[in-house]
Amino acid sequence: MQITLHLNGATHDLDLDPRTTLLDALRHHLGMTGTKKGCDHGQCGACTVLMGGRRINACLTLACMAQDAQITTIEGLGSPERLSPLQQQFLDHDGFQCGYCTPGQICSATAMLEEMEAGWPSHASENLDGPFELSHAEIAERMSGNLCRCAAYANIVAAIQQAAGTTDHREDAA
Amino acid sequence: MREFTYHRAASIADLSPDATIIAGGTNLLDLMKLEVMAPPALVDITHLDLGGVEPEGEGLRIGALVRNSDLAAHPVIRRDYPVLSRALLAGASGQLRNMATTGGNLMQRTRCPYFYDRRMACNKRDPGAGCAAIGGVTRNHAILGASDHCIATYPGDMAVALMALDAVVEIDGPTPRRVPLADFHLLPGDTPHLETVLEPGEIITAVILPAPPGGQHRYRKVRDRASYAFALVSVAAVIATDGGRISHAALAFGGVATKPWRDPEVEALLKGSEPSDALFREAADILLRPARDWGENQFKIPLLRRALIATLRDATGMETAA
Repeated sequence: MQITLHLNGATHDLDLDPRTTLLDALRHHLGMTGTKKGCDHGQCGACTVLMGGRRINACLTLACMAQDAQITTIEGLGSPERLSPLQQQFLDHDGFQCGYCTPGQICSATAMLEEMEAGWPSHASENLDGPFELSHAEIAERMSGNLCRCAAYANIVAAIQQAAGTTDHREDAA
Repeated sequence: MREFTYHRAASIADLSPDATIIAGGTNLLDLMKLEVMAPPALVDITHLDLGGVEPEGEGLRIGALVRNSDLAAHPVIRRDYPVLSRALLAGASGQLRNMATTGGNLMQRTRCPYFYDRRMACNKRDPGAGCAAIGGVTRNHAILGASDHCIATYPGDMAVALMALDAVVEIDGPTPRRVPLADFHLLPGDTPHLETVLEPGEIITAVILPAPPGGQHRYRKVRDRASYAFALVSVAAVIATDGGRISHAALAFGGVATKPWRDPEVEALLKGSEPSDALFREAADILLRPARDWGENQFKIPLLRRALIATLRDATGMETAA
């Protein structure tokens, strides 16, 4: 079927089997391999992308259902010449070992910080109405959908805390 | 994944009894990848006008397409129905809560590993095939509401809180109707493949909450890891006290039963009584009277007892939250 995807500010027309997940459309049909396939069942978070600005698992989304939505992947958050604040902080804090989960971690953290700014509570929040501090417990809870099998968690938490000191978490993808 | 046709619904009239509804897709697509489910036709309802949280009478009408994350963060839910916010936030991950919908969450399937593994006998997946869980690895299985045909737990959190809030499910179809959530999910009996009262051609359009119950709201979830895990045991509690006695008690339980579990006898015992450890132990005795273990899940019996007593102590001010 004919599907139009809006990805990182560009528009792509694709002819896809309805079974194609957004993740496979990105990787196999658009050559955007920054988004990773880990478990392919929504358990690891390696495939995290932003859809309409919100973090989702691309492996559990059909490409045809993403039609008309604005998709942002790690490639749209920054570039090697112009890193997003979170990309820079992951480098500065060594927030990875093998790096396979990193694009998902950064996409997830980008949206997570915006959720914090919007005042969304979490399971770790003592009070549902805040105030919400970017504590280790809050980050661990809010990022629990992103696994790192190298267990670089300590540095991932530090990178997120550092990046949160900035106001704009992503480069303008439009 | 088996082949299917995809259609984006423009109106509820577009729905066909032959097409399987997809919204968030987080559970359905997972099951389709494993070919545990193989619907020949999908109808995508995410562009229908089924969102929004609006006042209805003294309560609320929650649209079926309201995402779990939006519902958990909704100011009125946080203020008047905090047990629901807490239950939603205790479930899944940030990504999945952004995808999962209110209606879809009610329709999620069990995570019984024998249901997920097509090489294993499962009466839910293949009626009459038998149940490989019975006599198998039963650590996560039900101690309440099971039958000799199925011992799979209802896995969710949201519905457990909704049970304690006396929620009602609004259904559209040939004959629009409203069904109390307590009657929406079915016990397995000898038909474990039938999980809800929803008929082909029907769709959940909203969940209705009655007036805010007040009182203390708790959602206590016990699981194998601190986050992003299904409940071994969960307790949703709405408890009010007046003049040293319990004036309102609504309790629902997850992770332990084949459907979101509620026991009117437990609540009847508590109402009008003074909070005490002896009372709470008696409440646990009543709750667990029909409990039956299948070997490895025996631990859920003392765990549920302790979780209930701890929640009641907390909600009645006998003990601060752990």
